[in-house]
Amino acid sequence: MTSTGFWFIDHLWLVPLLPFLGFLVVGLFVQKSGERPASSLAILAIGASMVLSWGAGWEYFTANLGRTLVPLKFEWLRFSPTLIGNMGVLVDNISVLLILVVTTISFLIHVYSQGYMHGDPGYPRFFACLNLFTFSMLGLVLSFSILQIFIFWELVGVSSFLLIGFYWNKPSAVAACKKAFIVTRFADLGFLLGLLVIGYYGKGFDFIYLTSPETIKNLEQTRLPLLGVSVLPLSAILVYAGAAGKSAMFPLHIWLPDAMEGPTPVSALIHAATMVVAGVYLVARLFPLYAATEAGLMTVMVIGAFTSLFAAVIATTQFDIKRVLAFSTLSQLGYMMLSLGVATMDNPLGFTASMFHLTTHACFKALLFLGAGSVIHAVHSNDMRDMGGLRRPLPITHATFLIACLAIAGVPPLSGFFSKDEILAAAWNGEHYVVFAVAMLVAGLTAFYMFRLYFMTFWSYPKDMHRFEHAHESPLSMTFPLMVLAVPSVFLGLVPFSHYVSIGQLEHHGVSIGHLEHHGINWWIAGPASAMGLAGIALAFLLYFHPNGVPGKIAFAFGPLHKLVYNKFYVDELYLFFTKSVIFRFISAPFAWFDRHLVDGSMDWIAQTTLLAGNKVRSSVTGRLQTYLFWSISGAVILGAIVWQIGGTVGWTLAFTGLGLVAMMFIWQFVLQLLNRSEPLKRIKQD
Amino acid sequence: MIGPTLSQYLVFSALLFCFGLYGMLTRRNLIAMLMSVELILNAAALNFVAFHHFLYEGDVGGAVFPVFIIAVAAAESAIALAIIIALFRHKNQLDVQDADSLKN
Repeated sequence: MTSTGFWFIDHLWLVPLLPFLGFLVVGLFVQKSGERPASSLAILAIGASMVLSWGAGWEYFTANLGRTLVPLKFEWLRFSPTLIGNMGVLVDNISVLLILVVTTISFLIHVYSQGYMHGDPGYPRFFACLNLFTFSMLGLVLSFSILQIFIFWELVGVSSFLLIGFYWNKPSAVAACKKAFIVTRFADLGFLLGLLVIGYYGKGFDFIYLTSPETIKNLEQTRLPLLGVSVLPLSAILVYAGAAGKSAMFPLHIWLPDAMEGPTPVSALIHAATMVVAGVYLVARLFPLYAATEAGLMTVMVIGAFTSLFAAVIATTQFDIKRVLAFSTLSQLGYMMLSLGVATMDNPLGFTASMFHLTTHACFKALLFLGAGSVIHAVHSNDMRDMGGLRRPLPITHATFLIACLAIAGVPPLSGFFSKDEILAAAWNGEHYVVFAVAMLVAGLTAFYMFRLYFMTFWSYPKDMHRFEHAHESPLSMTFPLMVLAVPSVFLGLVPFSHYVSIGQLEHHGVSIGHLEHHGINWWIAGPASAMGLAGIALAFLLYFHPNGVPGKIAFAFGPLHKLVYNKFYVDELYLFFTKSVIFRFISAPFAWFDRHLVDGSMDWIAQTTLLAGNKVRSSVTGRLQTYLFWSISGAVILGAIVWQIGGTVGWTLAFTGLGLVAMMFIWQFVLQLLNRSEPLKRIKQD
Repeated sequence: MIGPTLSQYLVFSALLFCFGLYGMLTRRNLIAMLMSVELILNAAALNFVAFHHFLYEGDVGGAVFPVFIIAVAAAESAIALAIIIALFRHKNQLDVQDADSLKN
């Protein structure tokens, strides 16, 4: 143990441990004792861990800024004397930032769930899984080595599986949780391969070791024996595949919209604080590795930019309130990724911007999801076409939702404005003008679809009077988190973020911080960005504030294009087609045939032969004492004869005759089986 | 000393053994089969005594073994008779050809 002299940082291992204990206790012991103990225990666990992380955050950002601390470290697996898998707690600016975000958002979501899940038969199970999910994410964030992060990575996958499939009696939820698990698991294969490549060539798993310049140089100069490519970009792209799976980057994004089948607090947790930010975090964690390779950064940037545009376009056409938010998350994650992609070690503004946007996005996206949950709670429908005019029955939800919409649309001076502006500035400064243009366009689209959602839900007029009349404001346990989350959604942008979170030349932090910092706001970039946002809002206002036929007419005018976008570019169908007619037909079917006919077949054949031999021999069992006696005496005589001949030729002849008979029987049986004439197995079934 | 020689004893015991074997394989009555088994045992015991008397007079093994055989034969016939009684109660006859419930 290397004590750092700071109580909270030294006890940071408690932060993931407490929710885990909560999971164990709630999951094992309070399943039967009603709602109150389960939710209280779970909230207590996460609340304590939140207090601890705020303490640690205070200690870190006031006293240790820019340092990398290791309060806990131990050897877990020794693969060879030089290759050791360590576990521990890694404390630096991004991990501290992330635990603050995760514990706080998760705590609020726990409180919210208390009201939202009220009366659900799986109430204690829900809280246990929520605790497990938070534990996995916190462990992931505090991971000391890439091996440890992989373990928690998979734990996050498992707990998301449990939560998305929470309504296990609903077939669509079951399909969605399987889809989420399989898609992310498939992506994790890339991560695992990348991990092995890094471990094998880099000879270490610790992040501190991996991101040191010597290791990166070493990896860069090592070339793969067969292909001749450098190990560094290869491993970076392989690890990125895993990150893209968790962060739902195109083309692995298909699980995220379906994950809406889970309860709304789970969606909020997945989209805001846990799971999807894991991919961004991993890339940020290994950022020096990516920064050293052009190909790695390009991949991150291009896929991020494409996903952000792609998802924003889809979001403009969806009608399910949670689906719009899901595509919005995709788009914003693409934003964070592209921001990482435009950063370099010399110009790490994009890195800071990405983490900044991650934080602000976590606040307003959690707020949006919880608000949407409150709306769904009130009208019992996910479809925006059933809503409308809800501002009067749901005043608190409406106000907080508006704040979140303004924040995500990038209206100054709300939090989203600052982080989005920083990303745009990073793209501009990195001279990636195409990416800049894409990001600008996405900013406009974001504002448009968010306000489309907002106007359709809260303004317009009630389309379904029955639902409207039964709509009422949610209980305090649900509106309280909304109000709390609205505060950072407004003010978080005012935090001088780049002062706290940055990368590169950490040891000369005091010197370099001056030119790393993003001074103020470049209105040449922020101005057009805000204009784009306002234009998007204005367009949404025109089209959706008062219900009119214009959106329908536009959709009709674009006909096939609208259909294409509405059906999410048919990516799901493409996947289905590919799996069904390529993988199933050309890979799985031959394997199944091989298994059924050759592997099972040989076993069946042995069984059938034995059975047939048994049938043949059966008639010799007469049940008569004297027959047995006769055989035993003849056997004794024959044995005597063999011994009398002292082994020799007679013994061998007899032995071979016996073996030959057995072999003949087997061959005969095999021929019978090939001709499909053998019946014994069926007879077994009849018996 | 006038008396039968070793080979005469052996021939006699072989005859006894063959009678026993023949009886065991052919007689259908269980009690007759049991008697045949006794013949075989006695043939073996006779062999022991004959060898002891003519070839290994100092060795007690040949003299003691027939005593064991007699004891074992007694125990064996006790068990066999018990089985026979049980079988008779069950089937009301003692024909081994019909006692074939383990057939096939």
